[in-house]
Amino acid sequence: MDKKECQIIDLGLSDYREALLAQKSIVEDRKADKREDALIITEHRPVFTVGRSGSLKNLLADSSSLKASGIDILRVDRGGDITFHGPGQLVAYPIIKLRDEERDIHKFLRRLENIAISFLGEFEIEVRRREGMTGVWVGESKVVSIGIGLSRWVTYHGLSINICPDMRHFSMIVPCGIEGCKTVSMQEILGQEIDMSYCKNLFAELFLKEFSYKVSCDGTNKTNHKGEIANERSRFARAG
Amino acid sequence: MKEVVLPELAEGVNEATVSFWHIEEGDVVKEGQDLVEMATDKAVFNVPSPAAGVLIEALVHEGDVVKVGEILAKIKIGE
Repeated sequence: MDKKECQIIDLGLSDYREALLAQKSIVEDRKADKREDALIITEHRPVFTVGRSGSLKNLLADSSSLKASGIDILRVDRGGDITFHGPGQLVAYPIIKLRDEERDIHKFLRRLENIAISFLGEFEIEVRRREGMTGVWVGESKVVSIGIGLSRWVTYHGLSINICPDMRHFSMIVPCGIEGCKTVSMQEILGQEIDMSYCKNLFAELFLKEFSYKVSCDGTNKTNHKGEIANERSRFARAG
Repeated sequence: MKEVVLPELAEGVNEATVSFWHIEEGDVVKEGQDLVEMATDKAVFNVPSPAAGVLIEALVHEGDVVKVGEILAKIKIGE
């Protein structure tokens, strides 16, 4: 079978809402076969998001401290509970039209975990899966969170890897709604600084490999960068 | 008339919860249009319309836990 194509779109540091609009616009195009699969990678400005199985009771911060922090809280159409996104966290949104034989949500989640596990393995971080708990863990602490959505078997939302975000924000929530859930960053594990652009390229490379995509000469498949978010937004505005 | 059923989402997943309907009874739908969002623990799945037509009856409602293969709605075929 011919290898599928996938465009890597790096949104840089993005506002969650803007990135979501860009993501949705790409999902619609993918559903209509107007484009190939895509992987969006980004870091978000600080935000809390709550998925469909989530509840605001897992937000521990009271409204005044939340207001003082200036961090928004958004309900979003992905699986899972509450999480934090912020600079230093690598967020990846795979927009993939799953083929007939790939149409199993759990298998897809496991493949995302595989990529994250290989990624952490490159830093010699030993990780584990926990039965019945999606995500990737180091000891008892979560380092990768996953929550997805599907429309006509096109995937959206995805995963976040704590490279070096300000981990204090996680103390304002019950991460993923799991009581006593600890979170950790790679920087905390390794005790050294990690370069985000290296991480992005490495993640993209492992992603392209896991899903057997065609790889461009420079190995990155990056044909479009930050400009895309503006394009997607203006297109969305025209369509809307 | 076409029945919309909850498809198999994953091996070992037997049910999902209705998040909300994208449309209302009486609305015209296109083939493949998202009808209803279902949630499992880590994923949301939008069930598409199997045909173009009119949603004549929604048989499940927000918060309902639905088994795979259960009928979610009935679509009257035709524009």
